[in-house]
Amino acid sequence: MTITDAPAATRPSSTVHDGVGSSAARPDGVPKVDGSFIYSSDEYHDGSLWGATLRSPHPRARILGIDTSQAAGLDGVRCVLTHRDVPGSKIFGMVVYDQPVLAFDEVRFQGEPVAVVAAIHPEIARRACELIVVDYEELVPNTDPEVSLTGKVEGLPSGGLVRHVRIRHGDAGAARALADVVVGGRFEMGTQDPAFLGPESGLAVPLGDGGVELYVSTQDLHRDQRQVADCLDLPLDKVRLVLSGVGGAFGGKEDLSVHIHACMLALRTGRPVRMVYSREESFFGHVHRHPAIADVELGATRDGRLTFTKVRLVLDGGAYVSTSQVVIANGCYFAAGAYNVANVEIDGFATYTNNPPCGAMRGFGAVQSCYAIESAMDRLAAALDMHPLELRARNAVGEGDILPTGQAVDGPAPVQEILAYLRDLPLPADVDRPAADMRVLPGGVGNVTRGEGIRRGVGYALGMKAIGFSGGKDDTCTARVTVWIRDGEPVAEVYCAGPEIGQGVVTLEAQVARTELGVRTVELRDKDTDIAESGASSASRQTWMTVGAIVGACQLVREEILARAAAVLGRSGGELTLDGPEIRDLDGRPLVPVAEVLGPEAVSYDFTYRHRPTEPVDPERGQGNAHVAFAYAAHRAVVDVDVELGLVRVVEMATAQDVGKAMNPAAVEGQIEGGTVQGLGLAVMEELQITGGRVRNPSFTDYLIPTMLDVPPMPMKIFEFPHPDSPYGLNGVGEPPNLSSTPAILNALRDATGLELPRAPVRPSDLIEAAPAPGAPAEDTAQSET
Amino acid sequence: MQGSGSVLRPASWGDAVLLRSQHPEASPICGGTDLMVDVNFGRARPGALLDLTAVAGIDSWELMDGGRTVRIGAGVCFARVIDELAGQCPALAQAARTVGSPQIRNRGTVAGNLATASPAGDSHPVLLACWGRVEAESVRGLRLIDIDDFFVGPKRSALEPDELIRAVRVPAATGPQQFAKVGPRNAMVIATTSFALNLDVAGRRAGTGIGSAGPTPLRARGAEQMLEEALADRWDGPRGVGESVAQEFGALVAEAASPIDDVRGSAAYRRHALAVLGRRCLSWALADLEAAGAA
Repeated sequence: MTITDAPAATRPSSTVHDGVGSSAARPDGVPKVDGSFIYSSDEYHDGSLWGATLRSPHPRARILGIDTSQAAGLDGVRCVLTHRDVPGSKIFGMVVYDQPVLAFDEVRFQGEPVAVVAAIHPEIARRACELIVVDYEELVPNTDPEVSLTGKVEGLPSGGLVRHVRIRHGDAGAARALADVVVGGRFEMGTQDPAFLGPESGLAVPLGDGGVELYVSTQDLHRDQRQVADCLDLPLDKVRLVLSGVGGAFGGKEDLSVHIHACMLALRTGRPVRMVYSREESFFGHVHRHPAIADVELGATRDGRLTFTKVRLVLDGGAYVSTSQVVIANGCYFAAGAYNVANVEIDGFATYTNNPPCGAMRGFGAVQSCYAIESAMDRLAAALDMHPLELRARNAVGEGDILPTGQAVDGPAPVQEILAYLRDLPLPADVDRPAADMRVLPGGVGNVTRGEGIRRGVGYALGMKAIGFSGGKDDTCTARVTVWIRDGEPVAEVYCAGPEIGQGVVTLEAQVARTELGVRTVELRDKDTDIAESGASSASRQTWMTVGAIVGACQLVREEILARAAAVLGRSGGELTLDGPEIRDLDGRPLVPVAEVLGPEAVSYDFTYRHRPTEPVDPERGQGNAHVAFAYAAHRAVVDVDVELGLVRVVEMATAQDVGKAMNPAAVEGQIEGGTVQGLGLAVMEELQITGGRVRNPSFTDYLIPTMLDVPPMPMKIFEFPHPDSPYGLNGVGEPPNLSSTPAILNALRDATGLELPRAPVRPSDLIEAAPAPGAPAEDTAQSET
Repeated sequence: MQGSGSVLRPASWGDAVLLRSQHPEASPICGGTDLMVDVNFGRARPGALLDLTAVAGIDSWELMDGGRTVRIGAGVCFARVIDELAGQCPALAQAARTVGSPQIRNRGTVAGNLATASPAGDSHPVLLACWGRVEAESVRGLRLIDIDDFFVGPKRSALEPDELIRAVRVPAATGPQQFAKVGPRNAMVIATTSFALNLDVAGRRAGTGIGSAGPTPLRARGAEQMLEEALADRWDGPRGVGESVAQEFGALVAEAASPIDDVRGSAAYRRHALAVLGRRCLSWALADLEAAGAA
C-alpha cells in the first residue's frame, strides 16, 4: 500500500532516526520490564498516610445511620470521613453529576463507597473501616433491565430509563414485507470487566495554600480535575493533577476512583495520603462493559442484498449514569454493522438498575452491537446458503454510502480489501491430534483429550466504529513544543496532557517531534493540568489529537526558527529548511547551525488542535453528521472445540485493519493483538457473574482472562489508506480490533458445533451436545450456590 | 504490623514441631501460594507465621520400601515433582503441570496443597488414586494418615492443631496412571472438576480420585470395583476390555460425585465432564497397558 504523508515540503529533508513510521522503542518499555517504572500504586511521599474505603455490602439499602466513633478511636487512625465531610458537591460524574462521593440516604450498588479512613498503616485503615457501624435497612434490588426500560420502576432515577435512542432510516416495515428472506434472533452478552492489572491508586499531597496535588492513574486529567475541584469546593487552580503510571485502563479509568477521597483525607489531615485498591476492591471500584440484550432482524433479497435491519439493543448501565447515555448512542450508531442497507430501525435503551455501574470500555457500545449484527449475519448467510464472507462482501459499506444516521461515509472505507485478505489467506493446518502437544488442544495443560471429540470451526466478523468524540462536541487537544540549544545541539521538549495508558502515545510524541524538527533529542515533560487539556485517552482519539497538536506546535516553532535564520542570513524564510542542528537551503546545503541562530534563547509554542466539526443527531430519527471518522477491521477465527467437554482452543485469529498510517508499526501490532485477545476473552471466558446485584467472582482466580496458552497466532494485514482529515493520514487503532474478534469466535464455535450459542461468553456447558451424563439426577440443576 | 505476632523461622524440623505446639495461632507457611491469597483478600489475618522455608531436610524426596514408595518432603515444590518424579509418579507430575503458573509451581508444594485441603486441590485426586499416606508430626510423635481418612470436610483435614505435614508417601506407579482436569481456560485455572486413575498392576487394583465435585476430594469406589472385576485376570493384557467398559466406568465415576452449582460450573456439567474424563482416562490407560503387555 502506498503511504502518502501530509505535505512535507518544509519538513526535515534527511532521514530521521526513530521518526514517524518507525517502530521506535517505548521510552517506558525497559523500566516496565525491569520493574523500575513508577505506577500510581508506587507513588510515595515522606510521612504519607494510607487511605481505605468502606463499601456497601448490599446492592440496595437505606442508610439509617453511620457511627464512626469506634473507628476514629483506633490507635493510628488520623481521620474518618463520610458524606457529611464532602466540602463541595456531594455528587460527581463524567457527563452528569449523579454519583455520591460518599453514599447518603441510599446505597445503590454493592461496593458503593460509604466512608473513608486515613491511618498510619494500610492494615490499620482497613481495620478501622470494619469498625465503622452503618445501620442499613436492606431494600429489594432492581436488577432486570427489561423492567427498568419501562421507566416505571420506583426507587430508580427516571423510573429506570437512562436513555432511549431512536434511529429511523428509510422504511424498515415496508422493506420487511417485501424481503425474500427474513432472519432474526436474540443475542445476549454478559458483563466484561476491563481487568487492568494496575489497580486504581494515587497519592494526594496537601499544599500550603489550601490546594492539593494529586498523582493519579487516569485517562483524562482535566475532566478529573473539574470533578475533584467541584467536590472539594476549590477553584481549578488549587487542584493540580499529575499523571502517574497507568497500569492499564480500557475505559475503566475514565470515571473517578480514589481521586476525591484521597484529596479529602489529605486536606483534612494535612498529610499526604496514598490509596491503592486491592484486587478484589478494584472489581467494585471501576465501571464494567455494559451487559447486553440485542434483538436483531435482517431482511435480504434471494441474492443476498440486505433490504432492512431492525435492532433493539438494551444495555444495563447499573446504578449510576457514568457514560451510559453516550454508550447506548454509540451502540446504536453501529448496530446495523459495516453494511449498506437502505431501511434501518434501531431502538436502543440504556437502563438504571442496582447492578454495578457500567460505562466506558474499549469499543464503547459498538462491541455489543457488532457481536449482535455479526451473529445475525451468519444466520442470514445460512438461510441464504451463502458463504458468510460473500454475504458480507455483497453488503459492505463503501465510500459515499449513507449510514443509518444519514451521514455519508467519507474517508477511506476499504472493507472489500479487508475481507479479501481474509478470504485469500490459507487456513491453518489441522493439528495432528494424537501426537500433538496437549497445549495446542482444547483443555490445554489439563490433559483432557488426545483428539477425542474435537471439531474445527471457522468464523468471520466485520466491525466498524467511529473514531474520536461524536455528536457535536468541540474536542480540543493542546501541546507545547519548546526548542533550545544544549551542547551545541537543538533539543525539543514536548508537553501535552494526553494520558499514556499503555497505548504508546509518549513514544509517538517523541517520534513526531523528531520528524517535524529533525532533532535527535526529544524530552517529554510530565503530564499534568498546568497545560490546557488534551481530552481523554479514549474513543481511539488520543494519537490523532495529540499528533495534530504537536505537528501544529512544531510548525510554529519551525517557522520562528526559520524566520530568525532568515534575518541572520538576509534571505527569505521560504528558502530555508530546518534539519536538526542545521539550517539548510532547499537543495540541502548547510547555511548556518541552529545553535548560532538561537543562541541561549528557547523557542516555545502552544498549539490547540481541533478535528473537523460534527453535529448531534436529532432525537426523533437519529439523523445527523455526528462522526469525525470511521475505522474498519475484520477477523477470521479458527477454533477447535471438544464437543464432549465444551472446551475451546482458538487455533488462529487472522485480522485485517485499516489504520490510515502506521505511525509506529510495532505499537499498531500490539494494539491489534491486544484488542483481539480482549475480544477472545469476551468470547470464551471473561464474565463478571452477577446475581441479585452481587458480584460472585471479584478475583483473578474466578474472573478469567486469556493466558498465553489461550492466545493463538494472529496473522494480520495492516492497511494504510491515508485519511484525508488527519495528521499524517493516520486513523484510530485501539478499538476496532476489539469489535469483530468476539463475534468471529462465536461464529466459528457455531460453525464447529452447529449450536445457536445465543450468549457470550460461551461457557463449556453451552458447547456440549450430549444430554447430561447418565446417572445425573435432574434436581442437580436446582442445587443452591455456594 | 499492629495486632500481629512474629515470624517464627525454625532451622530444624524438631524446632518446627516444637514451635507448632507452642504457637497454635501461627499459620505454617512454605510456598505461601494459598495462605498469601487469603491474606491479600483479607480472609486470613494470621496471628503469626511459622515459616518452614529454612527447615533443613524437608525439600527433598527419597525412595522407600525398596523403591516401592516415594517419600516427598513437605518443601518439594510442584516444579520439582514435574522435573524429577514423572517416572515414579506420572499422575502426580501431570497434576503438578496443571497447578497455576510457573511462578506458583516454583513455590507451591504437595504438602501445602494437602494442608489447605480444598476440594479443588490438584494433588488430591492423584493421592486418592495412589493410596498415598500423609506423615503428620507433632511433639506427641509421628503418625501416618491414610489419604482416605485425611479429607474430612471442605478445607478441613484430619490434621490436629499441633501437627505439621512432614512428608507425603506415594506408592510408585506399577502401571498406567492418568490425571485430567477441566477448566474454562487452557492453563492457570482452578479445576471445574478433575479426575485421576491409577492401574496398580502389581497390586491388581484400580485407584481413582475426583476433584472439585463434592465437599471433599472423592474416591469412585463403584468404578474401581467394576474395573477390577472387568480386568480380573487380564491385568497383563487387557484385550477385550473395550469401549463399553470405559463407558460404564465413566458413568460410575460421575455417579460417585456429589457436585454443586457454583461460579466455576454447574453440578450437571461437572457430572457430565467426569463421565467423559473417566471414560477417556481409562481408554488411555488400557491402551498403555496393552502396549506394555505387547512390548
